[in-house]
Amino acid sequence: MATAIGVGTHAEEETGLWSWLTTVDHKRIGTVYAMAGFIFFLIGGLEALAVRTQLAVPNGTVLDADLYNQFFTTHALTMIFLGVMPMGAGFFNYFIPLQIGARDVAFPRLNALSLWIFLSGGLLLNSSFFLGGAPNGGWFGYAPLSSVTYASGSGMNFYVIALLVLGLSSLIASLNFCVTIINMRAPGMSMMRLPVFMWMTLVVTFLLILSLPVLTVALLQLYFDRMWGTSFFSPATGGDPILWQHLFWIFGHPEVYVLILPSMGIVSEVLPVMSRKPLFGYSAIVFAGAAIGVLGFGVWAHHMFTTGLGPVPQVVFSASTMAIGVPTGIKIFNWLGTMYGGNIRFVTATYYAVAFIALFTIGGISGVMHASPPVDGQHQDSYFVVAHLHYVLVGGAIMGIFSGIYYWFPKMTGRLLNEKLGKLSFWTMFVGLNLTFFPMHFLGLAGMPRRIYTYDAGMGWDTWNLMATIGAYILGLGILIFIINFFSTMRKPADAGDNPWDASALEWATSSPPPAHDFDVIPVVRDRDPLWYDRDHNIAKQEVPEHNHIHMPPPSYFPLIVSLGVLLLAVGALSHLAVLALGTLVVIYGVWGWALEPTD
Amino acid sequence: MIVIVASLVLVGVVTALLYLAFAESLDAVRQPMTTYVPKSDHAVLVHEVYKFIFWLAGGVFVAIMAITLIFSILYRERPGQVARQFHGNSRLEIVWTLIPVLIVAAMAVPTFSTMAVTSKPAPDGALQVIAIGHQWWWEFQYPELGITTANELHLPVDRPVNVTLESKDVIHSFWVPQLTGKIDNVPGHDNHLWFTPTEARPEPYLAQCAEFCGMSHANMRFRVFVSPTGDFEAWAKASKADRVTPTAELALAGAQQFVTSGCIGCHTVQGQEGAAGKIGPNLTHVASRTTIASGTLDRTNANVAKWLHNPQAVKPGALMPNLGLSPEAIDKLVAYLDGLK
Repeated sequence: MATAIGVGTHAEEETGLWSWLTTVDHKRIGTVYAMAGFIFFLIGGLEALAVRTQLAVPNGTVLDADLYNQFFTTHALTMIFLGVMPMGAGFFNYFIPLQIGARDVAFPRLNALSLWIFLSGGLLLNSSFFLGGAPNGGWFGYAPLSSVTYASGSGMNFYVIALLVLGLSSLIASLNFCVTIINMRAPGMSMMRLPVFMWMTLVVTFLLILSLPVLTVALLQLYFDRMWGTSFFSPATGGDPILWQHLFWIFGHPEVYVLILPSMGIVSEVLPVMSRKPLFGYSAIVFAGAAIGVLGFGVWAHHMFTTGLGPVPQVVFSASTMAIGVPTGIKIFNWLGTMYGGNIRFVTATYYAVAFIALFTIGGISGVMHASPPVDGQHQDSYFVVAHLHYVLVGGAIMGIFSGIYYWFPKMTGRLLNEKLGKLSFWTMFVGLNLTFFPMHFLGLAGMPRRIYTYDAGMGWDTWNLMATIGAYILGLGILIFIINFFSTMRKPADAGDNPWDASALEWATSSPPPAHDFDVIPVVRDRDPLWYDRDHNIAKQEVPEHNHIHMPPPSYFPLIVSLGVLLLAVGALSHLAVLALGTLVVIYGVWGWALEPTD
Repeated sequence: MIVIVASLVLVGVVTALLYLAFAESLDAVRQPMTTYVPKSDHAVLVHEVYKFIFWLAGGVFVAIMAITLIFSILYRERPGQVARQFHGNSRLEIVWTLIPVLIVAAMAVPTFSTMAVTSKPAPDGALQVIAIGHQWWWEFQYPELGITTANELHLPVDRPVNVTLESKDVIHSFWVPQLTGKIDNVPGHDNHLWFTPTEARPEPYLAQCAEFCGMSHANMRFRVFVSPTGDFEAWAKASKADRVTPTAELALAGAQQFVTSGCIGCHTVQGQEGAAGKIGPNLTHVASRTTIASGTLDRTNANVAKWLHNPQAVKPGALMPNLGLSPEAIDKLVAYLDGLK
């Protein structure tokens, strides 16, 4: 059927499962990333509802301690690595070539490889529930709790291997996107004419390229400790648990900027278009984004203020953490400046973008509060931090992603999502998320620690916890309404047109959805807001030449084979040397075929 | 103009309601682990820093929420309205770069000056306590006083206490919100914190482990009793002494059962021959404690029986084995333990 998402009805477009499995088309890859990311987001949401249901009342009996510890661990791992990052990757994949005026990414087969490896990693992590228990040591996996002494099942082995696999996928994708953005921009698109979403993507790729290797080292060290009796993190035999924390957070902190920058980019796309005026302070937003990326490598030990670092590191990291609030604040002001004097079209995408401004500010404020080590001595490991992180991730990253969904849905599918359902979904989610997470500030200040499967009555925590649970269900309802909107919209005809929002960036210069080759003619860029410039200066769309030979990369099954090999390597690392050996052979065969196959 | 006023009123009302909710935290009776009612020198200093930052943050919150709301209403699309086309304003951007820098600098001053006080070493003459985290209970030693106890920490008012933080297994964290911010008990590391409690009272200050430490992290609670100096010294003298020797028949049978059931392998009862186990809590004066199972159960005979019958049912993953004790054995042990005042 030629009505699948992102697929036009052009004759050149193959259909059928095999065409999707061998695709190297960035739009199809992006679509699968986005859909899989959304499904995992729902799974993470169910894990959250389980956790919240258990905590609705004191001494709850919905989940036992063991299952609770698995669910709060997998909730975080799923949301971060299988939900938010892949949904971001979905947008990166779909829109990088379109926004820079290219026809695909620099390495299309590598693009497919990162997708299949991601899906393997997600499968692996979730299979652990059925294979002896999911990881239960928290998403941060602190040593020595993560050691084989205190976590004797296979859960933490799945933790290590799944994260190694997912890290590989992200690293490959980051290298690909970084090269694409730097090298494949259309004529006239200088770096300072790049859409802000592209700049944020570029910073994200650098953050991942530089931080994932550190996580990889830490995970391998944990694997060796667990499997072969090394002592990186066990004090009993000369290791240091704090080493794990440093390595983890040197990755972990840049990681949170990986989670938020794409949404900041999306808001920077949506607000100017809906306000019908250019983005306020483009250069400042770009430089602030880059500054956040660089400074983001200098704040990691603020996660370790209570570990006994001593006053000097505390002062240094406190100063750098407070400093990073400044570029973040600049962006907020610039977005407000974009709204100022505008003629704002309040469609659902706009609501989510404006909600981002307000809610991310709340998250930023609570974050800056515990940038002060004395204050952090009370806040750390309490629900105050849980409130902070969910305001920046749900009030920030998720709001941004949903804004992007409503904004780019017509481009990807040719259909506009229903506005009535969209606004209903938005308000339900907005009320739900605030009801869930604002009370957590109070719980933290009232002394409720994090990561506890139950609490006693008489602590003054009952009402806020019940409120948070009710809010979580309302948030879930809001997401359900969105899902209904999605399915009902897909039944409608694809008649949104090339540019329903009268937007300015290059993806709106082609059809909705774009043809397989993206652009009939590669556009020439004359301004930061190319389509507005051309509209205002009456520059006509370029003529399609009579002989328009466009060479697109052919499909290939070798990424799938290499990915299968990686999956076998992972399974082998969790079970048997024989499977590991088989995986190696499959990877070698896959790479061999890949290197030698013809590309025209 | 109406829009601006109405928006400010709305934001003001919401902020006021939220402020009232924050002020709930001032009730230390209904919220015994509140961070808002500090009762030690350092906790008060920290709370002052927090309050200052809270007000700064509150100002930013009100400003951003109000502006967002006002702009959303003032600039929503209207027929005939045209969006003003400008790309930026350098002067404005410089101002709103400087303002956050100033706010952050303002935060830094009390932060660093407080740290200068709290990071000094504990004064000479401070009471020395070692807090050792175990999965999932707290051991407290007073090395200068020759006392070892568990789960309930006694402190004299107005005297600095230097708590050395150790762990026998994984990372734990010592948190008594009304008395001190937390520092982690990291195995292999030499962490410590100190503070001077300023209010003696009969009710304990509640506390809990604040670093995820496995299955029963939620059940690793403890209590801190701050007493006048005289009362503390009486407690110390009694705690250092050997056990109260049982005289009643059932209690004597219980002392015997304590040996035959193997309890002495893990638990110390000072003065009972052979009862020198160091794996579980010291039980020499367990009957003078208000709770058992690391603060999760009131110390009543019924609860002690419940614990002995099935420790894992009370505390999932508890490392004390279920000994399969008969009801008679449990009765004897309960009688014995109840006499260990």
